[in-house]
Amino acid sequence: MMKQSLIYVGLILVLMILPIFFGEYYVNLGSQIMIAAIFAASLNLLVGYGGLTSLGHATYLGLSAYASAWLFSRYGMSHAYTAPIALIFTTFVGAIFGWISLRASGLSFLMLTLALSQIIWGIGYRWVDLTNGDNGISGLTRPTPFGINLENSNNFYWFCLLITILCLFFIARVVNSPFGASLKGTRDQDKRMSALGYNVWKIRWITFVLASFFGAVSGLLYIYLNKYIHPSVISITSSAEALLCVIAGGAGTLAGPILGSILIVLLKNYVSGFVERWNMLLGIIFLFIVIFMPAGMGPGFSQIKKRWFGGKP
Amino acid sequence: MSLALHVKDLKKSFGGIAVTQNVSLEVAPGERRLIIGPNGAGKTTLFAQITGDLKPDSGSVSIFGKEVIQLPVHARAHMGMSRTYQIITLFKKDTLAHNVVLSLLGIHQRKRNLFNPLLSNDVLYDQAIEFLDSVGLKNQAFRNVSEISYGEQRRVEIALALAQNPKLLLLDEPLAGLSQDERVMVSDLINNISREVAIVMIEHDMEMALAFAEKILVLQYGKVIVDGDRDSVVNDPKTQEVYLGH
Amino acid sequence: MQFWVIQTLNSLALGGLLFMLSSGFALIFGLMRIANLTHGSLFMIGAYVAASVLRGGYSLVVAALVAMVVVGLLGAVIERFILRSLSGNSQGQVLATLGLSFIAADACLMIWGGDPIPINAPEMLRAPLQMFGFTFPTYRLVVLGISMISALLLYLLMERTRLGAMIRAGVDDMQMARAVGIPASQLFTIVFSLGALLAGLGGTVGGPMLNAYPGLDADMLPLALIVVILGGVGSLVGTFVASFIIGFIYTFGIALVPDLAYVILFLPMVLVIAFRPSGLFGSIRA
Repeated sequence: MMKQSLIYVGLILVLMILPIFFGEYYVNLGSQIMIAAIFAASLNLLVGYGGLTSLGHATYLGLSAYASAWLFSRYGMSHAYTAPIALIFTTFVGAIFGWISLRASGLSFLMLTLALSQIIWGIGYRWVDLTNGDNGISGLTRPTPFGINLENSNNFYWFCLLITILCLFFIARVVNSPFGASLKGTRDQDKRMSALGYNVWKIRWITFVLASFFGAVSGLLYIYLNKYIHPSVISITSSAEALLCVIAGGAGTLAGPILGSILIVLLKNYVSGFVERWNMLLGIIFLFIVIFMPAGMGPGFSQIKKRWFGGKP
Repeated sequence: MSLALHVKDLKKSFGGIAVTQNVSLEVAPGERRLIIGPNGAGKTTLFAQITGDLKPDSGSVSIFGKEVIQLPVHARAHMGMSRTYQIITLFKKDTLAHNVVLSLLGIHQRKRNLFNPLLSNDVLYDQAIEFLDSVGLKNQAFRNVSEISYGEQRRVEIALALAQNPKLLLLDEPLAGLSQDERVMVSDLINNISREVAIVMIEHDMEMALAFAEKILVLQYGKVIVDGDRDSVVNDPKTQEVYLGH
Repeated sequence: MQFWVIQTLNSLALGGLLFMLSSGFALIFGLMRIANLTHGSLFMIGAYVAASVLRGGYSLVVAALVAMVVVGLLGAVIERFILRSLSGNSQGQVLATLGLSFIAADACLMIWGGDPIPINAPEMLRAPLQMFGFTFPTYRLVVLGISMISALLLYLLMERTRLGAMIRAGVDDMQMARAVGIPASQLFTIVFSLGALLAGLGGTVGGPMLNAYPGLDADMLPLALIVVILGGVGSLVGTFVASFIIGFIYTFGIALVPDLAYVILFLPMVLVIAFRPSGLFGSIRA
């Protein structure tokens, strides 16, 4: 246990001092990766731990980003207010969408999450009065917590790092709690769990709400980083990328979404240096992982971790 | 004191085929009740309507005096009813102890806890090991379910059911697929269960089943053919007909 | 009044198109339990192939035939080589079709470029029809007609042929169907091709209304999803009815309240799911 904590502390220290050695481009890339990691980790709650494949998770990143942007650009509201409002609003939508989607299970659930997400995406494009449509909302600022200027990339990076650590910590606690155990149980044998007295629907719904909350957090960081939001953020591509991060890294593990995010964000940045063929590459990677590496990279690392530290019973 | 289980005039049809026809059943607290009948008699369907996996078309099911037809499956576990399955539905990727812990948590407030880690030295694991001990699997507590034998898995199923301290236990073919030695082990286990627990069992192994039963219900084509104490059912010509007519 | 007539006809035509698109999706999902996320792409490929055939100087009829064959074959290849290797892994199959849809989208971009390609209705169908004092856009009537014929043929296939009986058996209970000797693998390939073929036909027939453009797949897929969810999984009748309901809602929605078109699409689906999770006509749970 001690060994494990030391490794984590060491890792965090390394991450903290990175900006000192790297230029602005790489520091921003680091922030991007962390935002993707939170987003993927939130989706992993549903997909990896809950066994519920959602193809509409970008909705929550997008809604939170749009809410923050809209309140600021329309009403000049300060970040101290837009942030909590955006989070609450998005989580509330998550609660409703979760309720709707969980009326079905399995593949119908997946279709519902996709359909709902597409509708929000459509609203993003078409309801121009509200969202500015294809132009997106720009001219945004970053918050200044305790007067610290986050326009500075390094400062923003450390801000992201803090939020990321907090989010991952909370998600880890949930996963390792009795609730987390029951969630995993519903993933593996849902009928048995019902017979044992668990309200499987409620467990799934709570997970959905949690996932949308952390997705909303990543949405805020996203808009602070980019200071611009466009409906394409809510597209199927965006949801699919998150799903790919989860699966490539290894669903149902804590490290999986992080590893997957590192891989996908780096790949995306590298490829966009060439041509516009990101979609095709995304598709090919998807096929490859699904067919040849269904367990993803994470489980490989889990094995190593078990051998060094001893696993949980 | 109310009946552990009272099934009254239960009816269920699937697209024109009546699978449960006016079935009634009374099980007193602590009773040992056997349900037998040829394949397709509707035994498992009857169980499913008692546990809530299936909704009957009409009739009533009461557990300790409380009507449960409208209650979802998970609510019934909190009324003192546990069950095992004909097909093993354990959590294969987890350890035996963890399987039992999940059972213990099922009816415990702690399952709502989202924040405190469930560690390997938790008191729940100690309790789980005790239950595994009662089915003779204490030494395997931290092995994965996928690594133990089929017979041992059957015993884990029973441990899972017993962990919730049921007052009504439904066993669906607990001896299915077991070797002779394993049958003896599991039979002994079942026969040693506390007399406070009413047990309703579906079983094909006649030798064990008859030794176990106090009262027997014979089903065929979803209908009750004979219902009574063991000896009278065994000697009833209608029972013989049900089995010999095959 | 003329406005209502036009919009009604547009709705019926869109409904017909949606049926051609969604019936394939519904069949594939009902029989194979695969949510085929490549379905929008197949529709789009049908449209693009038809556009190319037309550019070669052939008629729309020829284009439709070529599109059906090409897309049908593509469907067979996808099922045989990718989906079959993932059999038993529902989630994997869905993700694979998702991956394929991305590949298809970029491939179409590479082959046909980023500009929309117009698909023109045949000369003789361009002049509007004058009847009862109203002017009807002729081609819309044709689309409706073709979709009705397809629906009828599909109905006959399902109810009057051995293949249809096998499909229905498989939708009802695949395990049982296998047990009585129905050749599951071949059936899957045939049904997937059939579904693809229908999508390809839809793309072609819909060409003069929608054209072929990048993003057509993303526009059509959610409509298919909504239709199948609304109509109920496992029911072609449900798909048929829901196609027209959505056709009407979408058309009038876009015409009357363009900003809220998607929201209006949303409502019936939500209401139905809230009160009847298995859809209007659904009999099986997914």
